[in-house]
Amino acid sequence: MNKPLRRIAIFCGLLVLTLLVRDNWLQYVQADGLKEDEHNRRVAIERYATPRGDIIVDGKAITGHATTEGDFKYKRTYKDGAMWAPVTGYVSQAFGATQLESIDDGILTGNDDRLFFRNTLDMVTGKKREGGNVVTTLNAAAQKAAYDGLKRQGAKGAVVAIEPSTGKILSMASYPSYDPTTIAGSNDAAGEAWNKLQKKNNPDDPMLNRALREAYPPGSTFKVVTAAAALEHHLYDSADEKTDSPLPWTMPGTSTDLPNEGDLPCEDATLREALRVSCNTVFGKVGYDLGNDKMLETAKKFGFTEEQFVPVRSSASVFSDGMNDSQVALSSIGQYNTAATPLQMAMVTSAIANNGTLMKPYMVDALQAPNLDTIEKTDPKEMSKPLSADNAQILQSMMETVVEDGTGTNARIDGVTVGGKTGTAQHGVDNSENPYAWFISYAKTDDGSSPVAVAVVIEDENAGRDDISGGGLAAPIAKNVMEAVIDSKK
Amino acid sequence: MSSTTNPSTHHTSTIGAIGAPSRRNTELALLVFAVLIPVFAYANVGLAINDEVPAGLLSYGFGLGLLAGVGHLVVRKFAPYADPLLLPLATLLNGLGLVAIWRLDQSGRLQSSKLFVEAAPRQLMYSALGVALFVAVLVFLRDHRVLQRYTYISMAGALVLLLLPLVPGLGHDNFGAKIWIKIPGLGTLQPGEFAKIVLAVFFAGYLMVKRDALALASRRFMGLYLPRGRDLGPIIVVWIISILILVFETDLGTSLLFFGMFVIMLYVATERTSWIVFGLLMSAAGAVGVASFESHVQQRVQAWLDPMHEYELSRQGIFGHTEQSMQALWAFGSGGTLGSGWGQGHSDLIGFAANSDFILATFGEELGLAGLMALLLLYALIVERGVRTALAARDPFGKLLAIGLSGAFALQVFVVAGGVMSLIPLTGMTMPFLAYGGSSVIANWALIGILLRISDTARRPAPAAPASPDAEMTQVVRP
Repeated sequence: MNKPLRRIAIFCGLLVLTLLVRDNWLQYVQADGLKEDEHNRRVAIERYATPRGDIIVDGKAITGHATTEGDFKYKRTYKDGAMWAPVTGYVSQAFGATQLESIDDGILTGNDDRLFFRNTLDMVTGKKREGGNVVTTLNAAAQKAAYDGLKRQGAKGAVVAIEPSTGKILSMASYPSYDPTTIAGSNDAAGEAWNKLQKKNNPDDPMLNRALREAYPPGSTFKVVTAAAALEHHLYDSADEKTDSPLPWTMPGTSTDLPNEGDLPCEDATLREALRVSCNTVFGKVGYDLGNDKMLETAKKFGFTEEQFVPVRSSASVFSDGMNDSQVALSSIGQYNTAATPLQMAMVTSAIANNGTLMKPYMVDALQAPNLDTIEKTDPKEMSKPLSADNAQILQSMMETVVEDGTGTNARIDGVTVGGKTGTAQHGVDNSENPYAWFISYAKTDDGSSPVAVAVVIEDENAGRDDISGGGLAAPIAKNVMEAVIDSKK
Repeated sequence: MSSTTNPSTHHTSTIGAIGAPSRRNTELALLVFAVLIPVFAYANVGLAINDEVPAGLLSYGFGLGLLAGVGHLVVRKFAPYADPLLLPLATLLNGLGLVAIWRLDQSGRLQSSKLFVEAAPRQLMYSALGVALFVAVLVFLRDHRVLQRYTYISMAGALVLLLLPLVPGLGHDNFGAKIWIKIPGLGTLQPGEFAKIVLAVFFAGYLMVKRDALALASRRFMGLYLPRGRDLGPIIVVWIISILILVFETDLGTSLLFFGMFVIMLYVATERTSWIVFGLLMSAAGAVGVASFESHVQQRVQAWLDPMHEYELSRQGIFGHTEQSMQALWAFGSGGTLGSGWGQGHSDLIGFAANSDFILATFGEELGLAGLMALLLLYALIVERGVRTALAARDPFGKLLAIGLSGAFALQVFVVAGGVMSLIPLTGMTMPFLAYGGSSVIANWALIGILLRISDTARRPAPAAPASPDAEMTQVVRP
């Protein structure tokens, strides 16, 4: 009987060998995949096992942490959460993470590869893993001015402010907002808060970051882009030469006159005058004269048609291609398909204020290791040159006229040169819905440099139609933001 | 490997030369490790979870030491030539199992379940009962050949044990598999674990008598010896019983275990490879046949093929689906090469049955690939010692019984570990000694007891030569 016994012994050996091979497959070959599987709860447990690093504004943390019951030890808290939500995004034990919290998650949790050496050292010395910090470019005073301004209006809207010389984002506010602290946990209260914030339960959609993710028809503020295109393509070479602009002007290919807002002195008006009183006819015709291609070329140089990563993604702003003549004319005054995010209009303003050079907008200044060593520093980068310095200065002087003596007088600041442009964009079928009130502006100090460019948009559902104009609703907010930036520089 | 020479004749450790060492001191030394390792593991869990040496450390170490000590003394007295490795191996596995069960008792996640009971104290009690049965086997079963007398009683007993879960009012359906019975006031019992041993006794007794008929009366066909039709009877009966277990108790593991054990013993008894071929064909036919209409088996196979899908179905709250398999895979994967360390894993995410069917996942996660391979090798060693006992045994009944028990043990380890590691579909059996469950621990201690008894008989030296040289002439050759 011993021969079959030996064979059975070999068979049993093979059974064990199969198990060992399978074990190696599971725990060695497949181990990392299983370990980092998003459904594997250990990933989340590990993630919340140590306090997250902070997001820093002006040297102060706008985030914190609290301990929770259950699997997850720490949860995120936010100071002035609603005000900062468009910047930070959220990180929730139950609902994941978005925006900065998501993009720089590796640094904040301390799992980033760049912290590997440190973490290994910590493991040897028995220290707990720590998260690093994300230092933003934002300006707390400007952000407060922006958010408080929107809140005071009580209407949906957004503000973006940029430092033109560097592209640093100084303010990014969206209203209505939400406090991400309320959804940071994983308990029932967090779930309830989450449900209340969802668009289907809350038509105001407070979790939408309007500053980056909502593209509005820019209306008359787009006329600065059209003016830039006119100068760049040498349709007109100065702010003060007469344009070839009949009044009334029938849009080519149609029998419709392009209307102005009221009885404005637009016939053959100079660009300066046309921008001051916001002539639709002049800029509509400029767009038509330039044609779709040239308009699109300039719009693209300002950043239209591309998503921007600051590093949070913003929606692409729209300027269409392949339009007929009347559509090009309408698009050139910021109507028809033209749409811009508040970030996009702030970029347009900042390029003009920075003498024609568009700096790539960014909001993360540096990433810090837990010991505050800088791991990565963002250097300002030139993104494009939409217009020459000379043309930029012509456009600046036109925009300054708007504020001194035109539709943007509400943005005037004593002792500071301010250039701006109002906008009132119609939308809805047959313009049935309330227009969007826009204001874009920049401030210039005595040495000719510009510390801030800002774009404000407000969708007001309550105010009457007549009340809505960029100058009335949006300009005061822009003014407060600019003042906050200038004051904080002093 | 030639069949004409019997290697056991020149293997001093297995055949009794006069004055062969009993190896009892080796066993004692190994037992010290077998007790100390779990005690350290226990302290390790306490330090990892509560930052302190657990209060029960002394009593736990003392309890395990006492069990091991009693086992050792009984072996020393009643089976002095028994295999020195089996008792330490069983003690070590039992001790580590207790640690893992206690560790899972500390889990807040499991404690919050309605079904939570502190399992470790119960398991310690079951272990004591198991060692008691082990002692009883060694004390009362002085010669394993006595069991031969009970061949047909064993058959009846095994059938009763296997059918008990089907008795209305007694059977207890536990999440799909009906392999438990409920004894009022005592809890549940898994008669299949005991049936395993009783059936091995029956098969050994039966095959020892019938082996010649089964082996010799056959026709040769295409290189295989085909058994006569009437000799096919027993294997068909066992096959049908296995199928019935699968259909009515919906337990793939038990069914596979019994049929596999029978085929192994049949092969060893007859030395005919054709039985293996028949056995494989029949089990394949049976498994496929049953799977074609039994939804429970189908679902197990589906869950095995796509555990992630099963996890998602379970998350959607669809009745009858479980995320355990996927959770176990994550536990293994998260353990990686070296593991998280005792008490620092999250294998409790498996939830229900984390400390029984799925206990291997806790070892996988907390001790890692290294620890789990070592653990599997401990099982391999038990099987190896069992097969060695079969080789050394000098009587066919002992050989058959030893190989039946070790073969069944090996199959059980494979089916359970393979199921938990998603190598094969999951079945409802438990890891011997490691998993929480009274029936399993008690039955397996009895199994070790029987193996020790056979190995003691096998290794026992021939009686010392009598003083009178004349007497030597009349010495009886022991069977």
